[in-house]
Amino acid sequence: MSGPSTYEPKYAAAKWMDQRLPIIRMGADFMTFPSPRNLNYWYTFGGILALCLVVQILSGVILAMHYVADVDKAFASVQRIRRDVPFGWLLQSMHAVGASMFFLAVYMHMFRGLYYGSYKAPREVIWILGCAIYLAMMATAFLGYTLPWGQMSFWGATVITGFFGAVPVVGESLQEWLLGGYSVDNATLNRFFALHYLLPFVIAALVGLHVWALHHVGQNNPIGISAKTESDTLSFHPFYTVKDAFAIAVFLVIFAIFLFYLPDALGHADNYIEADALKTPPHIVPEWYFLPFYAILRAVPSKLFGILLMLGAIVVLFVLPWLDTHKVRSMRFRPIAKWFFLIFIVMCFLLGWCGAETPDNVVPVIGLGKMTFYTLSQIATLYYFAYFLIILPVLGLVEKPIKRPDSITKAVLGDSHRDAGLAPAE
Amino acid sequence: MAFKTSKSLIIGAIVAVASVTGIAFAAGGGSSDYKQDHVDWSFNGAFGKYDRAAAQRGYKVYREVCSSCHQLKHLAFRHLGDKGAPFYLEDFPNPNDNPYVKNFAADWQIEDIDGDTGDVVERPGFPSDYFPEIYPNAAAARASNGGAVPPDLSVMVKARNNGADYVYNLMLAYDAPKPADVELTPGLYYNPVMDGGKIGMPPQLEDGLVDYDPVEIMDHGKVKLIPAPENTAKQMAYDVTQFLAWSADPKLEQRKRTGLMTILYLLILSILLFFSYKRVWRNVEH
Amino acid sequence: MSDTSVHTTDADLEDGSKRDFIFLATGATAAAGAAAVGWPLVAQMGKAADTLAAGSIEIDLSKIGEGQQLKMLWRGKPVFVRHRTAAEIAEANAVELSVLKDPEVDTDRLIAGPSGAVNQKYLVMVGVCTHFGCVPVGEAGDFDGWYCPCHGSHYDTSGRIRKGPAPKNMVIPPYSFISENVIKVG
Repeated sequence: MSGPSTYEPKYAAAKWMDQRLPIIRMGADFMTFPSPRNLNYWYTFGGILALCLVVQILSGVILAMHYVADVDKAFASVQRIRRDVPFGWLLQSMHAVGASMFFLAVYMHMFRGLYYGSYKAPREVIWILGCAIYLAMMATAFLGYTLPWGQMSFWGATVITGFFGAVPVVGESLQEWLLGGYSVDNATLNRFFALHYLLPFVIAALVGLHVWALHHVGQNNPIGISAKTESDTLSFHPFYTVKDAFAIAVFLVIFAIFLFYLPDALGHADNYIEADALKTPPHIVPEWYFLPFYAILRAVPSKLFGILLMLGAIVVLFVLPWLDTHKVRSMRFRPIAKWFFLIFIVMCFLLGWCGAETPDNVVPVIGLGKMTFYTLSQIATLYYFAYFLIILPVLGLVEKPIKRPDSITKAVLGDSHRDAGLAPAE
Repeated sequence: MAFKTSKSLIIGAIVAVASVTGIAFAAGGGSSDYKQDHVDWSFNGAFGKYDRAAAQRGYKVYREVCSSCHQLKHLAFRHLGDKGAPFYLEDFPNPNDNPYVKNFAADWQIEDIDGDTGDVVERPGFPSDYFPEIYPNAAAARASNGGAVPPDLSVMVKARNNGADYVYNLMLAYDAPKPADVELTPGLYYNPVMDGGKIGMPPQLEDGLVDYDPVEIMDHGKVKLIPAPENTAKQMAYDVTQFLAWSADPKLEQRKRTGLMTILYLLILSILLFFSYKRVWRNVEH
Repeated sequence: MSDTSVHTTDADLEDGSKRDFIFLATGATAAAGAAAVGWPLVAQMGKAADTLAAGSIEIDLSKIGEGQQLKMLWRGKPVFVRHRTAAEIAEANAVELSVLKDPEVDTDRLIAGPSGAVNQKYLVMVGVCTHFGCVPVGEAGDFDGWYCPCHGSHYDTSGRIRKGPAPKNMVIPPYSFISENVIKVG
């Protein structure tokens, strides 16, 4: 898809540079990259995510200038940032709310990929890199959440590092090695800070590979049919730069509403209490973006099996390209898979809800009477795995797609170009 | 098509955000049948501001009632005179020069080291000093309070769900009749607002406890005298909550003001970008 | 650019100015926003409120014996308070302004006490070499004042630069007398 470069240096200096380090060419090729002309707004989340990463790294580097990674001072240093550092209240909130926005965007991006079959050949590597980015994001978010040293920070770190303690035989040593002690303490906080600072740059590198792979094979699009002719594509700039910019501005409005008016809505009040190793908060739950996995963890009554199941929920994403064997990419043309996908989304939200609730609480379910969240989370977990391991593989064999257009151009313009003038632009 | 997708995108985003916040809010919740008062706090809402007169009286309530056990360890005296703080005066942009701040600071005794002898001495506070520790250590705090450490109040209003209502109701809920199944050991009191209904803090506020004087606040650049309200327990609970709410979130007013400007700006930018987008794509079928 | 339906019509040409305007307005708005975001990112590195608030020390001059020097930390820098001997004062007064690199009379480097008179006995200055910020050693150098070991600057008994690479005299901090013998620096 990337095709031969169309860049021609205009000035002598640009030509000189081009022969030595073709960096201007790289930028020019990036901007004129032929993109399918039918990309919809769901495809703007890539740009939004790039912005999120920049916001997090910028605000994070700044916070690191003021933050003190010491169990006696961490909580107070965050308070100092919020009270005394010029614009600290803004930057600290931006980083905390920004993490949530980052995950919001990444989930949209992932659901889009799942629906339009963006993981299928030849985009398996793009998808796997994306999964790796998501994994690194989860690690970064968890490490970062420990730093303010509130009650949720401390007990979250205790619980999550406890996962490693479930590993047979070496578990306990492994956990203590991770913590640098018998429990979460100063050594833990310091290494978490170091790693939290490091990982975003690993993410940035993975994003580089993700985009490189994308530019090698070209973008997928809502109908899942590869761009073949020149009329199937548009230059990335200005067509998609302006569309992405518009989407980013709208996204920033949502970001700003949370940042300025609901800065604590996505967090937990308990994290405004300084960490206390003698007292666990009555209701400990992770941040919203981890809730579905938390529900899967608690869906089985065994520590080790729960952790394996939770890991499996992420691992299954990595191998998805080989689980969904259907030759049609976009679910627009897969009448059955489309419905299973919708149920999948509902189940993900359900898992999130289960993760936020106490498992023994009872919830009324229409038609079934009452049910505990525990049972509900088991059903949703079952569906989550069935979707990837049974439904998609089976549909790959049996599902008959509906009729698809021959090309992007035909999908957009109809079968004959004659109609183009009559059809409204939007 | 673009219109339809943008609409579905926005609806999708709203649904996602709503469900997520719904989850966050669902995580809270009380523990008994006690009916809490829901106060319409002046600092709620998009244009919310602290009630400065109440927060000033609230400082007095804190000083005379709460401060014997509860610290404000993340606050310095100078914070009381910051912009947006209860005792801010326009003539003193530097809070260290603010006469209220100087007086309050001097009202506290701060531990220091005598530069000549090296002895630990007490001196009156400076505006740059932080509110001092009340107990030398956690063990002493526990010993003086029947085993319960009085929590720090600097961020208390943020450390509970609906923290302002929580603090306000907690101060007033001691009158509620104790259910038969709550067993109180000596040193514990029944308070339905507290998780589990048991609290180590005895009832504090009663009508007439703190003498109220008229206070001066800055109102549009002018000093305005606010007469003292009746010093009922409810009024004191309200006032001290205003003060503690400010203490937990001193930049609230600045944040909301900046937010309004930012969102207005982003809306204008979105509209401009939308028209640019329309222009760029005007002859392109997609 | 592989647009299949580009029509170059009169309407399009008329549109030109309107299009330019919308792009210009968008670009300008975005640039203004970027600049506005830039400010907090830069300003956060400035002095925080607690740093600004910390800042004054009190020094009791009567406790410094003649020929002694007190060194105290003020805003992270040493402040020298020297109780000068009569010989040192005489030496400071005797210097011709013309030989100084940074001409200043000794009494201009002192602040008047509550009585309004300048007491030449007490010299208060920030003990930082104006070259590259090292702390000079007292009662040393060619002029009986201070000598900076880093790059060899010599200061006289009034803290004025006499020889070496430093460009300026040592700085006098803002201070005032709060009583006959007590000064407040900052």
